[in-house]
Amino acid sequence: MAARIQVPRAARRGDVIEVRILIQHPMETGYRHDDVGHLIKRNVINVLSCRYAGVEVFRADLSSGISANPYVQFYTVAEASGDLEFTWVDDEGQRGSERQAIVVKG
Amino acid sequence: MKRRDFLAGAAGALALPGAALAQLDPLDPLVRALAGGAPVRKGRVTLVLPQLADNGNSVPIRITVDSPMTPADHVKSIHLYSERNPVPNMANFYLGPRAGKAEINSRVRLAGSQRVTAVAKLSDGTFWYDAAPIVVTLSACLDES
Repeated sequence: MAARIQVPRAARRGDVIEVRILIQHPMETGYRHDDVGHLIKRNVINVLSCRYAGVEVFRADLSSGISANPYVQFYTVAEASGDLEFTWVDDEGQRGSERQAIVVKG
Repeated sequence: MKRRDFLAGAAGALALPGAALAQLDPLDPLVRALAGGAPVRKGRVTLVLPQLADNGNSVPIRITVDSPMTPADHVKSIHLYSERNPVPNMANFYLGPRAGKAEINSRVRLAGSQRVTAVAKLSDGTFWYDAAPIVVTLSACLDES
């Protein structure tokens, strides 16, 4: 599962930074049928979490009510240099993760 | 007829009357279960949705909560509810004082014109909400698309 994250590469300590993530995922609702009339099994990303230098700063429970290729934007305070690490799991148990380092000055 | 007039008229005709929306509230039990009996007051939360969505499969949504986001006073979680989706609880977002700013942007699926509610749980144990009506031209989830 590919994902794109947008986090500033550098920030000043104490700055509130914008974090954006876009994950490539169908977020299959479980209410659609395929061409031969069989129900397509639900497969959505349940949990998305973001850890900043090992500490969880954001978590989201998602459902079929979130669009395909889920996009989430939130904020966090730049405390220290480290990695922002995203992890997510879908109904089929498939896990994904993506990380980006941030340099905090001051 | 000008296209603009037609669209304005169509949007008005599709919108549910305000009075009916105020009475009809299938979310209430869910919100009450979340709050566990505590009062859920209107205010502090701002929910921004477009007035009209052409396609319910991807509707941009923004939730902001008026909170200083300090360890003593911050938003713990934000819960999103839909009136007409098969899964009413669309998403839950968990924040903390490290967020710095209580704002979430995302995109949701909406099955038809309805009212969307966002409930925020604060660190002092209070609950606040905001609701926004939306007209959805092409409904998501239940369509064979």
